[in-house]
Amino acid sequence: MSAGQETLQKTAVTPAGGLKPRHKRLLWIIFGLVFIAAIVALILNAFGSSITYFYSPTEVVQDKVPHGRAFRIGGMVEGGSLVRDANGLTVHFRVTDTAKAVPVVYTGILPDLFSENKGVVAQGKLDEHGVFQATQVLAKHDENYVAPEAAAAMDAAHKARVAETVKE
Amino acid sequence: MIPEIGQFALILAALLMMVQGTLPLMGAAKGISAWMVLSRRTAQGAFFFMALAMGCLIYSFIVNDFSVLNVASNSNTKLPLVYRIAASWGSHEGSIMIWVFMLGLWSCAVSIFSKHLPEEMVARVLGVMGLVGTGLLLFLLLTSNPFERIFPVPAEGRDLNPLLQDPGMVLHPPMLYMGYVGFSVAFAFAVSALLGGRLDATWARWSRPWTTLAWCFLTLGILIGSWWAYYELGWGGWWFWDPVENASLMPWLVGTALMHSLAVTEKRGTFKVWTVLLAICTFSLSLLGTFLVRSGVLTSVHAFATDPRRGMFILVLLGLVIGGSLLLFAFRAPKVGTGGTFKIVSRESALLANNLLLTVACGTVLLGTLYPLFLDALKLGKISVGPPYFEAVFVPLMVPTVFLMGVGAVARWKEAALPDLWARLRWALAVTLIVAIALPFILGRTSPMSVALLALGFALALWIITSAATGFLDRIKYVEGSFAAKLARQPRSYWGMFAAHLGVAVFIIGVTVVKGFEAERDVRMTPGDSVSVGGYSFRFEGTTDREGPNYMASRGTFELSKDDKAIRKLYPEKRKYFQFGMPMTEAAIDSGVFGDRYVSMGEPINDGKQSWSIRVYHKPFVTWIWAGCILMTLGGLLALSDRRYRVNMRRDVGLEKA
Amino acid sequence: MKKKLLLMIPLLVFFVLAGFFIVGLNRNPREIPSPLIGKAAPAFALPDLNAPEKIVEIKDFKGQVWLLNVWASWCVSCREEHPLLVEFAKTHDVTIVGLNYKDKAADGKAWLRQFGNPYVVSVMDADGRVGIDYGVYGVPETFLIDRQGVIQYKQIGAITDQALSEIILPKIKELKR
Repeated sequence: MSAGQETLQKTAVTPAGGLKPRHKRLLWIIFGLVFIAAIVALILNAFGSSITYFYSPTEVVQDKVPHGRAFRIGGMVEGGSLVRDANGLTVHFRVTDTAKAVPVVYTGILPDLFSENKGVVAQGKLDEHGVFQATQVLAKHDENYVAPEAAAAMDAAHKARVAETVKE
Repeated sequence: MIPEIGQFALILAALLMMVQGTLPLMGAAKGISAWMVLSRRTAQGAFFFMALAMGCLIYSFIVNDFSVLNVASNSNTKLPLVYRIAASWGSHEGSIMIWVFMLGLWSCAVSIFSKHLPEEMVARVLGVMGLVGTGLLLFLLLTSNPFERIFPVPAEGRDLNPLLQDPGMVLHPPMLYMGYVGFSVAFAFAVSALLGGRLDATWARWSRPWTTLAWCFLTLGILIGSWWAYYELGWGGWWFWDPVENASLMPWLVGTALMHSLAVTEKRGTFKVWTVLLAICTFSLSLLGTFLVRSGVLTSVHAFATDPRRGMFILVLLGLVIGGSLLLFAFRAPKVGTGGTFKIVSRESALLANNLLLTVACGTVLLGTLYPLFLDALKLGKISVGPPYFEAVFVPLMVPTVFLMGVGAVARWKEAALPDLWARLRWALAVTLIVAIALPFILGRTSPMSVALLALGFALALWIITSAATGFLDRIKYVEGSFAAKLARQPRSYWGMFAAHLGVAVFIIGVTVVKGFEAERDVRMTPGDSVSVGGYSFRFEGTTDREGPNYMASRGTFELSKDDKAIRKLYPEKRKYFQFGMPMTEAAIDSGVFGDRYVSMGEPINDGKQSWSIRVYHKPFVTWIWAGCILMTLGGLLALSDRRYRVNMRRDVGLEKA
Repeated sequence: MKKKLLLMIPLLVFFVLAGFFIVGLNRNPREIPSPLIGKAAPAFALPDLNAPEKIVEIKDFKGQVWLLNVWASWCVSCREEHPLLVEFAKTHDVTIVGLNYKDKAADGKAWLRQFGNPYVVSVMDADGRVGIDYGVYGVPETFLIDRQGVIQYKQIGAITDQALSEIILPKIKELKR
């Protein structure tokens, strides 16, 4: 910023190439604006295509999630829900926020810390049968650690459940 | 007893740093030389006590003193010695401790190697470092005491996170922190220039070697971290655009800009304001990198933020250091003045443009890293910004940067003529374009997308190499003597730049080839099965159980072969650590100049045939990524050893005496 | 003047960032009021650590003001708060129930033998299901539950002397009135 200003003043003092200082300054400003516009366009374009939103299993069940677009879900792997296909690489499990649960299918090697009753975050798309086709499964590096997203989903589920009991 | 000595040493170090951060600065402001000369002695004293405290902490870890909470939480008797030592900087407390220890080390080094500097400058530089150190020591003593005792004394400690039990993790944090903290010297020089209103070529020459050295450490630290993630996480990736990684990349990007900007300030006396701003930003990002990662704001709410007071303290500290220096910058920057003039086509403007591009690149990384936090803070939903964002923004920004890198190294200072540049670089450009476009086809790629990406990568790398070669030929053209004599006449700083830029080229080649040709397969394997990837075949021979010092492992045996010729056996492991009950994948890698063959074990499959899910990779040229970083570091070290810094040192001393 | 303004930009950018960090930090788990406060404590029926054949249920404590302390033998911070709990149980007439979280029974029992047992009873939550119901972030955590079985306060992390005397004790006194 400041250096741009420096050069700006200097070029104003030493006109070159037959351009008047005023025109030269204008040229710099236009150049700067184009540069900024290009950067902003670059960022917006990248953001548009690569931000993944996070939803809780309850929201998935209530159909508040985008269709045909990847998103993340988080919660706990429901106890006793982990089933492995005969080929050994495809796994089925359910992710729960203690209120609702979503079936998930994933093919590939699961992270070290993936296990039942542990926090998990999965990225993927929801298919027409309401099954979450995961492309990526994340479990974090510490035994006591609950992914913040997973924790938030469970908190929200608590709130919702408590609200329900009050209504009843 | 030993922990109490350490505690006491910390307090003494804090007191000395307090003196170091106040009296010399006041002395410099008022011209009282008796106060100014205090800076060197206090810096050395503070370092002595910091080293003593660090020694006491390491000792407590070595002898398994579980009465110290920090030891009990991060180490146990079964942990091998080298990891017990590394555990002393593995925890939150320990990492802050080693940070301050390194600050002491750097200021002690400044106090020793600054004999040729004016007393006023030394007083200010060490004073600023003392202030930063005081803040951190107070943080350590008040909120995260590494020597805190617990009673009753547990019989056994908890163990270090298994992920950190690795040679890479022994070296990674100290290297990274050496880099982070090293930038405090450049920062202190910048702030003292603002305070004193003196900023000239000599100032730039003084701060240059310090900045370069810090940059070398940071490069090496990032390299080790990336290498560690590659072989330890078992996913075969070398960069994940993870917030923690981004936190180290940001100061590197701005630090790189700073290094180049300093070169211009020294050679041409211009870019002064910009250099000062970059110095402040680099250190600010280093602080941000250390503490926001440590406080847990960036990664997880639960990782380190066990104490909200810590978070608040860190924030106030950051506010004082960064906010204070930027405030000073806003009011004092006009005082340091501008420098010589230059034309649009010149080495200066190429460097300025690259500086801007690097800074913008850093800004986009910062945005991508913090955006989820912003949205969360504003309660607009939880999102994550993945690698596609970073790749989509970073690569387009690096293309012009690399192009200008080639031009800048060849262009003349002050004013370069476009026709002249064209005449000198056209052959380089021609070779680059022809080879880069031909190469993907030679390597057997035909799909347009894949060819385009490969060609782009090769073009960037080749452009650096050919333009550097052009610059080199120009340089030796008018030097008398034999070829060897011509080479010998070039200063080391030139060779440094040459090596570092070639390092970037090697790095780009590595990234390009890995991205373009890597192959990966996830398969179920029963003993006796084979799987082939990238022309290599892996045969699974079964698993055996093995007991380590603090874990049990299932060890797989694989035979790696190519064209039916056995190359070697590979032994990946799946470990289960006793204390954590945590499984860990240890990949087995057959590493070579032209790439790696990589096996990691998933989980056992209950089919009664002892099958496992297995992941195999072929990663061509992946080693070039790290080789490139090493070349960059070597380049930095070479530039550092340039005789100019030493000669000028002597001359400065002479001048002062005269 | 224009130049002065330009030089202020870095400072302004920093202020904006700092503002976000303050908000971000305040979203610390400790600062988030637990959604359970003021709500009925989730029911549980778990085996007694010392007598696994006996099932302890939440209704056993109805009509009492009691503390539910989540602990584990593998948790280091628990060692810190444990002496405080032991002392507290001796000197005050309060029911403290332990929730032995994701632990092995043998380890848990050994731990109580070594450090003392402040609990009227400890229940085993070996797979952590009840912990999930209670929204346990990490161990230790302590819940204060009133006569009607409503959670009145939640301490995340180790209990400190200060928390005990300034928050928990006054609340207990108030609830007992």
